[in-house]
Amino acid sequence: MTTLQDLQTPCAPNFCPGCGDFSIWAAFKNAAVKEGWNNTNTVLTAGVGCHGHILNFVKINAFGSLHGRAVPVAEGARMANDSLNVFVFTGDGDSLAEGTNHYIHAARRNHDLTIILHDNAIYGLTTGQTSPRSPQGYKSKSTPLGNPDHPVNPLTLAIASGATFVSRVYASHIPQVTDMIIKANQHKGLAIVDILQPCITFNKEYDNNFYQDNTYYLGEDHDPKNKTQAFEKALEWGEKKIPLGIFYQEDSPSYESQIPQIRQTTQDAIKCEKRDITPLFEKFK
Amino acid sequence: MPKLDYFTFKIGGPAGFGIKSMGLNFAKVATRSGYHIYDYSEYPSLIRGGHNAMQVTVSEEPVYFTTQHTNFLVALNQETIDLHCDELVDGAIVLFDSDLKFKTDCIKAKVENCSLPLAKIVSEAGGIPIMRNTAALGAALAMLDGSMDHFNNLISAEFKNKKPEVTELNQKVAKAGYDYAKTNFKEKIKNILTKKDSVEEKIVINANEAAALGAISAGLGFAAIYPMTPTSNILHNLAPHQEEYGFVYKQPEDEIAALTMALGASNAGLRSMVATSGGGFALMSEGYGLAGLTETPVVIIEGMRGAPATGIPTWNEQGDLRFILHAHQGDFPRIVLAAGDAKEAFYLTQKAFDLADKYQTPVVLIVDKIICEDDQSYSPFKYDDYQIDRGKLVDQTQKDYKRYALSKDGISPRSPFGLGNHFLANADEHDEQGYSNEEIKNRNDQMHKRMQKLITCEKEDMQDPVLFGPGEADITLVSWGSNKGAIREAIKHFDNVNFLHITWMNPFPSQLVKDYLENAKYIINIEQNYSAQLRGLIMEKTGINIQDTMLRYDGRPIYSEQIIEKINQVLGDK
Repeated sequence: MTTLQDLQTPCAPNFCPGCGDFSIWAAFKNAAVKEGWNNTNTVLTAGVGCHGHILNFVKINAFGSLHGRAVPVAEGARMANDSLNVFVFTGDGDSLAEGTNHYIHAARRNHDLTIILHDNAIYGLTTGQTSPRSPQGYKSKSTPLGNPDHPVNPLTLAIASGATFVSRVYASHIPQVTDMIIKANQHKGLAIVDILQPCITFNKEYDNNFYQDNTYYLGEDHDPKNKTQAFEKALEWGEKKIPLGIFYQEDSPSYESQIPQIRQTTQDAIKCEKRDITPLFEKFK
Repeated sequence: MPKLDYFTFKIGGPAGFGIKSMGLNFAKVATRSGYHIYDYSEYPSLIRGGHNAMQVTVSEEPVYFTTQHTNFLVALNQETIDLHCDELVDGAIVLFDSDLKFKTDCIKAKVENCSLPLAKIVSEAGGIPIMRNTAALGAALAMLDGSMDHFNNLISAEFKNKKPEVTELNQKVAKAGYDYAKTNFKEKIKNILTKKDSVEEKIVINANEAAALGAISAGLGFAAIYPMTPTSNILHNLAPHQEEYGFVYKQPEDEIAALTMALGASNAGLRSMVATSGGGFALMSEGYGLAGLTETPVVIIEGMRGAPATGIPTWNEQGDLRFILHAHQGDFPRIVLAAGDAKEAFYLTQKAFDLADKYQTPVVLIVDKIICEDDQSYSPFKYDDYQIDRGKLVDQTQKDYKRYALSKDGISPRSPFGLGNHFLANADEHDEQGYSNEEIKNRNDQMHKRMQKLITCEKEDMQDPVLFGPGEADITLVSWGSNKGAIREAIKHFDNVNFLHITWMNPFPSQLVKDYLENAKYIINIEQNYSAQLRGLIMEKTGINIQDTMLRYDGRPIYSEQIIEKINQVLGDK
């Protein structure tokens, strides 16, 4: 049982007023209350960015990692204790620049955890540089002459890498974000929730109006089991064509289900005994 | 050059010819017959071709390092003779394939060239060309009065996963080589491997293998290792046993993931480790400080090799000491140990896990290519006294739990994830609960708390350096890591030379080292790096600036003979 009160910390959130992070925070707490996530069954990790501060505002066990390194910490915790719900909070700089290698490998291994991507297409915490999600031509402090690079697409990258649950939502749709986080966690495998959010301080192009005007939900005619269709939908971006919803979902054995010796509970995880390795010496005699 | 009184067998040829396994078989025939061995191998960073050589030094007493000279050379190619002819001593035997018509004129010593028609021996026994080496080894064993029974058992073990015909055929070929030598080289037979009456069971093991076994024995829960020479064999010795012994080995995408995965697993309660070489540790320098600040226990085994960059991957060096002592930005408790041989690697790995758990900080155990890959014979390691010590690990839900609670010894109660004790392991500076905090008092309190751990460690756990040799000496050698073996052999030849072997690098036993060195009459610092890094550390910690150094950084070992020569030169000058 988890109440909103249980999740409260003494720290006041330091997001800019109007930041999409407030919505994501609200949605996650709603999901935690609904599902009973707490310090006996859940672990959060985050990288570095505005997103990272969320760990100070949710009273659930967490590891605040280095930039780009939230995913491997989560993998280690998940492989250590099969009873944990594991969530990674990350950003477009964190996982699509610094930590992309880990993003890809987490997907291909199908670890049973959820990656929540705070996707605001900008580097907020470092005051406004271009991100791997910024469009070509984008002007910022780091590309004042226009961004020469094309953006990377976290969804196509996830599908191509083997992720088995690939979804996108828009931060301000708090009930839908809540629901998607719950579904992502229920999914037994690597789940990506790409959350489009405005950075009201630094990203004037992808603001709330942009997302409200141009996003739409995938309908009944979309088959989430069809990888090719999912990939095609994931490629869509632009005026009136930013899909939201579950793009792809596949039931496939998680990485952890292939570890017969995985510790089943927290008490198992902390059990640590001296071992008799006499049989192992035989090979060296 | 002084000559040591040991018998050294050497085999050389191109990579892909099974030289390492032949050498290992030879070593085990020796140990199973009652002898002690030390083996050493050299090889380039290749899978096929190049020049591989392995030598096995045999002795009736424990032997700590190999020799520069060779008494018996099995040459599988001309290059072996060309490269090693200067190592051969008078009376040595050179064994090679008579069909290959090797030139032996570069050999200056008075040796016995024994050639045998390996192709014919093998085909007459019904074997295939790849078995020429088995025939050669059979012949070599015959010439040293070695036991075919032991060789046959080793062949069975080697091919136990193949069809029985493979074993039988190899044994037949081995015997054919053996018989040929016994008949044709009768007068040249030496009693080097004659079976002893009483044989003590021994293991032939290197530091990689010892560290892996040490970790398993110490309750290892999680290991993430990216392959890198010279420590890849650590993962090779962990991966197959994970299900049976109840730990997880994961091959990560890179060394950054390796260490950060280990930190996640460690916070979930598992004893966790990584292993790498200098280049991999460079990538881990980020995670190193993350472990320090989040106060996460982790064991890091760093196997040094020729550096910098890719360097000379399959050759030795001791150039990472300064790097390991200082890696990562800022100050945090870095516990650093260095093993001098395989046996130390076993016990120090166990110790490293205890230290990591107790001090909730990363512990680096430094090894190097020489001890990682050289085998030495030992009695199977005993550890009846060893007890798992997890320090202040919390195993219950606690009221008002504070992960980073201030404490006198610097160590806070440590709860794993999932116990109901909320905490935030934070890469930001943080308060007692783990919440990000930049305030002055908190920052100072937390910094002092963490650094207090090193003071506590120095008081409660730091071990003394060992002095080998006489208490009173005219010359004191100071060194660390794999030089231990060569130095111990060298000082056997003197009664006025001792050797201070440093194992703890941080915290550092400054007072004891200072006492020893202030009372020393003449000091020689021996190490395998360009900038004399241990000498620098000793100067920093004790104020003593050692004048005479013996340095090597070309990837090859510092041999006992070279040390003896240096000692003689110093004694002569006095």
